[in-house]
Amino acid sequence: MTEIQPLLVMKAIDKSFGNVAALVGADLMVMPAEVMGLVGQNGAGKSTMIKVLNGAFQRDGGTVEFDGKPWVAGSPQQAQRAGVSTIFQEINLIGYRSVAENIYLGREIKRFAGFLDWEKMNAGARTLLARFNIDVDVTLALENFSTAVQQMVAIARAVSFEAKLVIMDEPTSSLDEAEVAVLMKTIRQLKAEGVAVIFVTHKLDELYQVCDRVTIMRDGRTVMVAHMGDISKLQLVASMLGRDLADVRARGATAFNDEKHDIGGELLEAKSLSVGRRVSDASFDIRKGEIVGLAGLLGSGRTETARAVFAADPKSRGRIVFGGKERDLRSPAEAIAAGMGYCSEDRKVQGIVPDMSVADNLTLALLPALTRVGMIDEAKQREIVQRFIQDIGIKCSGPHQKIRELSGGNQQKVLLARWLCMNPKLLILDEPTRGIDVGAKGEIQSLIGRFADEGLGVLMISSELEEIVEGADRVFVLRDGKTVAELNKAEISEQAVMQAMAHGAT
Amino acid sequence: MGRFKITPSIAVVLVLVLLVSLAAMRYDGFLGTYNVQSVLRYISMFSLVALGMCFVIMTGGIDLSVGSVAAMCSVISALLSPYGLAPGLVGGVAAGCLAGVVNGILITQLRILPFIATLATMLAASGSGLLLAKNQSVSVSYDTYFTQLGQGDLFSFVRPEWVDADGVGLFGSILGFVLSFPTPAWIAIVAYVVGGVVISHTSFGRHVLAVGGGTEASRLMGLPVDRTIFSVYIISGTLAGLAGVILAAQFGAGQPIEGIGWELFAIASVVVGGTLLSGGKGSVVGTLAGALLLGVIFTILNFENGMGWISLSAYWQSVVRGVFLLVVVILQSRLARQDSDRMKAT
Amino acid sequence: MSDLVSIFRRYGVLIALVLLILLNFAITPHFATMQTLSVNLTQVCTIVIVGVGMTLVIATGGIDLSVGALMAIAGAMSPMFFTGQLIAIPNIYVGIALGIVIPIIIASLFGLFNGWLFTRFSIQPIVATLVLFIAGRGIAQVSTNGDLQVFKVPEFQSIAIGRVLGVPFQVWIMVVVVGIAAFVLRRTVFGRQLLAVGGNEAAARLSGISVKRVKLIVYTVSGFCSAIAGLIVIAMNSAADANLIGLGMELDAIAAVAVGGTLLNGGRATIIGTLLGALIIQLVRYTLLANGVPDAAALVVKAGLIVLAVWLQRQERV
Repeated sequence: MTEIQPLLVMKAIDKSFGNVAALVGADLMVMPAEVMGLVGQNGAGKSTMIKVLNGAFQRDGGTVEFDGKPWVAGSPQQAQRAGVSTIFQEINLIGYRSVAENIYLGREIKRFAGFLDWEKMNAGARTLLARFNIDVDVTLALENFSTAVQQMVAIARAVSFEAKLVIMDEPTSSLDEAEVAVLMKTIRQLKAEGVAVIFVTHKLDELYQVCDRVTIMRDGRTVMVAHMGDISKLQLVASMLGRDLADVRARGATAFNDEKHDIGGELLEAKSLSVGRRVSDASFDIRKGEIVGLAGLLGSGRTETARAVFAADPKSRGRIVFGGKERDLRSPAEAIAAGMGYCSEDRKVQGIVPDMSVADNLTLALLPALTRVGMIDEAKQREIVQRFIQDIGIKCSGPHQKIRELSGGNQQKVLLARWLCMNPKLLILDEPTRGIDVGAKGEIQSLIGRFADEGLGVLMISSELEEIVEGADRVFVLRDGKTVAELNKAEISEQAVMQAMAHGAT
Repeated sequence: MGRFKITPSIAVVLVLVLLVSLAAMRYDGFLGTYNVQSVLRYISMFSLVALGMCFVIMTGGIDLSVGSVAAMCSVISALLSPYGLAPGLVGGVAAGCLAGVVNGILITQLRILPFIATLATMLAASGSGLLLAKNQSVSVSYDTYFTQLGQGDLFSFVRPEWVDADGVGLFGSILGFVLSFPTPAWIAIVAYVVGGVVISHTSFGRHVLAVGGGTEASRLMGLPVDRTIFSVYIISGTLAGLAGVILAAQFGAGQPIEGIGWELFAIASVVVGGTLLSGGKGSVVGTLAGALLLGVIFTILNFENGMGWISLSAYWQSVVRGVFLLVVVILQSRLARQDSDRMKAT
Repeated sequence: MSDLVSIFRRYGVLIALVLLILLNFAITPHFATMQTLSVNLTQVCTIVIVGVGMTLVIATGGIDLSVGALMAIAGAMSPMFFTGQLIAIPNIYVGIALGIVIPIIIASLFGLFNGWLFTRFSIQPIVATLVLFIAGRGIAQVSTNGDLQVFKVPEFQSIAIGRVLGVPFQVWIMVVVVGIAAFVLRRTVFGRQLLAVGGNEAAARLSGISVKRVKLIVYTVSGFCSAIAGLIVIAMNSAADANLIGLGMELDAIAAVAVGGTLLNGGRATIIGTLLGALIIQLVRYTLLANGVPDAAALVVKAGLIVLAVWLQRQERV
């Protein structure tokens, strides 16, 4: 029996950005007409891997072979012409233009003298979509159709380039259940036609529905490749997170001490929150002096839930009871006035004001309280800033240094201080130690522990299992927008959390 | 769902037809040859500029320099007019094209925001025009056929006698009407026909719309984004140059200070005609209708004044235009919000 | 070496100004006189005052094209009050007071209107202020029927040309406006909030700042500044011509802001920079004029300056 040659072989790929290594000797192999799942947590390297493949990035090291030949792609367009198309999470099509036009944009069919042949293009579009059992009016603007249909059009466009390999980067993130089913059918159709698919997703159920094999990446490396039938969901999650299943032992992996905090009465209760598309039924509660961990895989809706509690985004359903009173908070300003603080997930995008000084960033939310006749009480500001700089250990050349010059860890400390100086009752922290070096991580973790000791309630979202397991007094696990488990201190273990993430309620 | 949607552009055409009909009934001679000719002559310059602006706005950009470029080109063509019609025409248009190239470079190579870049070009063109004209209007030479461009009636020499006779019938009236169009109007008509065809039937035209509808997406799709953007500014500059040539030919002099406010008129025409200011969606026909509409409003105001019913100074026209723009822009934003809400719900 | 570069970036504008002055000392006759200084300062005053408002607007990431039109409205309306056209006035000072206060209020309200269009309908600032750019001057022209209003009210004119300590009063107004604005930006809560909104709107909102309120205030202030500038113009000329007041002012103001170093996409603002920027542009124009170069050439140079300043800004960002 002759061995089937792999369609794609990526070996020992290296890619760094500055001195941050995104890929370290990563591998990926795909057989023809195979559906290969690609999974990994944030920063694992799967996006980078894909971008190296489709030409958006140039690799620093390693080899890529496609269809038996060395692979050269200087841009996504080149890759497309060579047979590798990419479908992105956001629909990268032009909503105002018609369906047919979107399919043919860039290689329009012409008649004499450069005039466009609309008839041929419309007919071609119809034929193409019919392959996927889609029957729509191709002359209507794309924006008239649902996201699922738009997704199909994007796939049809990709396929019309005679693709042999289609990369789908989280294609289902904006689709509902029925639409996902349509997409799954489409992928099976592609497979039947001999087109291979790389399917990047966070949703484990989907992997099992449609993939033949799965490649798991972590910290820039490929850590496992397996047939879907040979690996359980728990094993998958464990591999993604880097936990040795047979080796769950108490470790001092974080700076969270194991002492119990003095836990007081009910501080916040969130009941059946529904926010946008992502969150349909999230519930949890937090007591005074307690650290509550909100765990879940990427895409499970943790950030959206937290933002809804802080009134940064409106909730469509659900109730929030804070400090004993039911609240209908409409804006962050109101949440702050009620006694909440919120450290967002992405410091750069939503946290720091880059050109302002450390002092100004630190006191940004406190400003109204620092005024005397509308003017800033500079002495008081200086005193508070100095106090926190010393207390938390913010390394900077002085309170007037521009915050963008500080390291990630120190920036995060400034952001934490922004809320601490307000004396909040509840602090919501979304990935507080992300992108921070190990030393600073420990400092921040012990700070969080200290706040709780002082009676502050903390809602902590973290993708790092050890932080959740060792830091939280209680853990709620979110899965696909619903609360699926609540674990008390005694029940908290990495195994238990992963179990909940993988399977839902046990 | 009904196939025939009343798009904003169609709405404008309907309003235009309505207004013209009402005005024709109300004012003597509104549809008379003299009035039609002078209105068309006057509007043709603005509508050329509006066409160029339409292309630019469709890519999501803006060109504030068109007025000054037109003024500068009117001076240049006036200076060249003694050498004949062709030098005057070509020189003026080429200068406009050059201004467009400058804009294109500033925007696509130096990556300066279109607003700022064209603002700078506006100043530079204004200054250049004044310098070349030595701060006064430059008379056009009447020795060549140059002035025919602005003041002539293109088909006057083929105009059959019977068209002007009484009782000539509908066909005759329409033919007579059309044949009396002044030359500038024909130039504008040709430009719009070409523009309309390019937008709907060439890949370049589709790329213009695509770039405005999603610049990043267009880039990812492999479209030549920079080249497309560069081109629309060249188009805008060239048309502004042409408008400047007609200006000089019409008034018999190149005017370095004319042109103030032309860009606003153009933007207003484009927006009123249904093209989104954010780009990506629009209509060439709508722009023409918008320009005609704004021009007709101006004429109506003149007539009203003449009739003595109201005494509205000409200054009201800018107020009216501003209010028009306001209404249209608010409507556009509401429609956009409706659309995005609808998309979120799906 | 990088120190030198960063010094140049921080003080580039000032250095350029100093160089220009030195150049003029060398080549322009009669440059170092009180009169030259006076002339230049008075010509720059209105641009700076409008530029202050524009700086604040630009610092939040917006732009205001209506400043010239608002100047015209304020300037056209004012004489109607103190010449007793609209209402009978008991004495001239009441008339002047009305003629100052009411146009300012009205222009500020128009500014508020701009801000409202922007915050309520999410209309881009360029477009929102374009409306008044088109219609505003028309409003001024309509209310005066385009007529030139000449008046002879020395008490009113003194706000522009009256002298205090040998310096025209309008220069003092400019100094006060610049001083207050710089103070507000640097020392008040509102100033910080403004910079935060321009620097990272999402972060500002999450920190409890009312982004809407900041933007509304900023456009109102711009209207306010335009009104003051308009009043100064008519006082200087002792005539109000709705057709001409503030013509082209928006370009001059934006140019001054851009050259002065305020980033056009917001987040950083330097009032002093705008002052220096306006001075540089004015000085360049003067240098050219005094040395026989036609005024029109100054326009081309101004254009070049704007492009250069903006391009340099972008280099710095990277």
